[in-house]
Amino acid sequence: MHMADALISPVVGGTLWAATAGLASYAAKKVQNDMDEQKIPLMGVLGAFVFASQMINFTIPGTGSSGHIGGGVLLAILLGPHAAFLTIASILTVQALFFADGGLLALGCNIFNMGFIPCYIAYPFIYKPLVGTTPSQKRIMLGSIAAAVAGLQLGAFSVVLQTLFSGISALPFTTFVLLMQPIHLAIGLIEGIITAVVVGFIYQEAPQIIQPTALNPSLGAASIKKVIIVLFTLAIITGGGLSWFASSNPDGLEWSIAGINGEEELQASDEVHGYFAEIQEKIAFLPDYNFKAAPASHPASVEGTEATTEAAWPAVDTGTSVAGLVGSFITLILAYFIGKGLQVAAKR
Amino acid sequence: MIKLESTWLNLRTIDDLATQKTFIHSLNSCTKLITTLVFVVLVTSFSKYEVTSLLPLLFYPVALMSLGNLPYKPIVKRLLLIAPFIVFIGLFNPVFDQRPIAKLGSFLITGGWLSFLSITIKLLLTVTSALILVATTGMNSICTALSQIGVPKPIVIQILFMYRYLHVLLEEFLKTNQAYNLRSFKTAGIHYKAWGSLLGQLLLRTMDRAQRIYQAMLCRGFDGKVPLLSAARWTKKDHLYLLFCLSFFLLCRFINIPQALGTLLTGGFQ
Repeated sequence: MHMADALISPVVGGTLWAATAGLASYAAKKVQNDMDEQKIPLMGVLGAFVFASQMINFTIPGTGSSGHIGGGVLLAILLGPHAAFLTIASILTVQALFFADGGLLALGCNIFNMGFIPCYIAYPFIYKPLVGTTPSQKRIMLGSIAAAVAGLQLGAFSVVLQTLFSGISALPFTTFVLLMQPIHLAIGLIEGIITAVVVGFIYQEAPQIIQPTALNPSLGAASIKKVIIVLFTLAIITGGGLSWFASSNPDGLEWSIAGINGEEELQASDEVHGYFAEIQEKIAFLPDYNFKAAPASHPASVEGTEATTEAAWPAVDTGTSVAGLVGSFITLILAYFIGKGLQVAAKR
Repeated sequence: MIKLESTWLNLRTIDDLATQKTFIHSLNSCTKLITTLVFVVLVTSFSKYEVTSLLPLLFYPVALMSLGNLPYKPIVKRLLLIAPFIVFIGLFNPVFDQRPIAKLGSFLITGGWLSFLSITIKLLLTVTSALILVATTGMNSICTALSQIGVPKPIVIQILFMYRYLHVLLEEFLKTNQAYNLRSFKTAGIHYKAWGSLLGQLLLRTMDRAQRIYQAMLCRGFDGKVPLLSAARWTKKDHLYLLFCLSFFLLCRFINIPQALGTLLTGGFQ
């Protein structure tokens, strides 16, 4: 369920980054204030525990396939939502860095989908009311499965929305929903059952571990409400700001450069092209090989400035395509040789 | 089990790579973190149909891997492991987006194929840049950089702690898993009857370990505060590197270099 950098836009990624960053600092403050220092190593080691558990395969009876655990709800049950949220954030950060699971820009999305949803929605609103302050094996089973299924359904739906808002994938909403939700129902069930049997085992063997978080009064509705308010305020402010920034001009980056320099970058681009035009007569191989499909209908191709070629993208033009292809090929070859050259230089 | 083992090996490989002494390794961790973040945002900021102008950005990972003396194999392997899901989602683009957008001879290229190509290149660029960051910097330095750019300390400490004990726990899980497999007939995974007890036992052991770690910390004078390594200073080298990378990124963002190169060589300006 990891979102990837390749599928999201900077606006969506940035918005969720800001939202989760705000949430994480809130959770960090809460953890610092509420918890005893004993929790510091516990959180770290439990993070490592969930990380390692994700690598263990559990055979799913009757199917021949196997599944693994995500661990969001499990951590929330063991540590409480704030510490669990930070722990999941750390797991996802290490996964993004060492395994490129998800990505650096998508990290905000992933922490939201796999950290915020199980810790701040599934755990307090589903697990806690179902299990109550006097847990029993049956209640733990019911609560864990319901929380895991709901958490994964919401998480999967959130992935769909984030992909949709990014606009990189052309998948229609309904197709994507139909693709994601059923499979995550099955995943959620397995996750819920594994969470339930582990929590059940701990409850039987060492109930003192489960009890404190079940009774912890600081996890009341007020605290959760605050978290949600913080999150949505941040999301609205940054999302609003970023999308205004992005849509007021087709290219937010260009717009900002124009704002800083007081001039469009087109001018520089003109100069570069003018320079190219001057020297190209001397070095162009295939000088008579003109690919332009319709030069007359295409005033842009006379001087071929960057912006006009870009604007003309949807208009089908063989000339630009071939030039792009040739240039790309040369770029790749150059990349290879520069890489080799640097390797030799670095070894010296 | 293979997954568990390969994860552990992967961590060790990357840790080993990060201890090298090259130009890239010697840069300030903050410099590298900022450059990587800018790079990722820049890559994702290209429009969904952009293919050619993304290509010059390949210079960045290629140059870093060469200068940082990183082997291609583990990074490519990781890329191939990540790719299927993203490529699967991306393959829907040619199905749903059939608007013709470019022409190559008599071939019409649809928007779907172009955006699919674009997703693949973006995947390649973002995945490699993240792996390169950690393989040239190492986890401790990245955490120092994180706290330097303002990430709250409890989060940084959490990441450091978790990373440190990950190695220990992975080893322990590996042993437990192996012991289970040796005593069971089918080795495909854990039987459902053992789900709770196996993971539960490991969890109890993990919590005992946390207790021991806490006591060991107390013995060494732990007072609730974890001191972080102070970061290395910014040098001229860092400024130059940052300046060079950022200007290269901006050049790639605003000028379609392959297009210009191709136009130049095929005589398109005439």
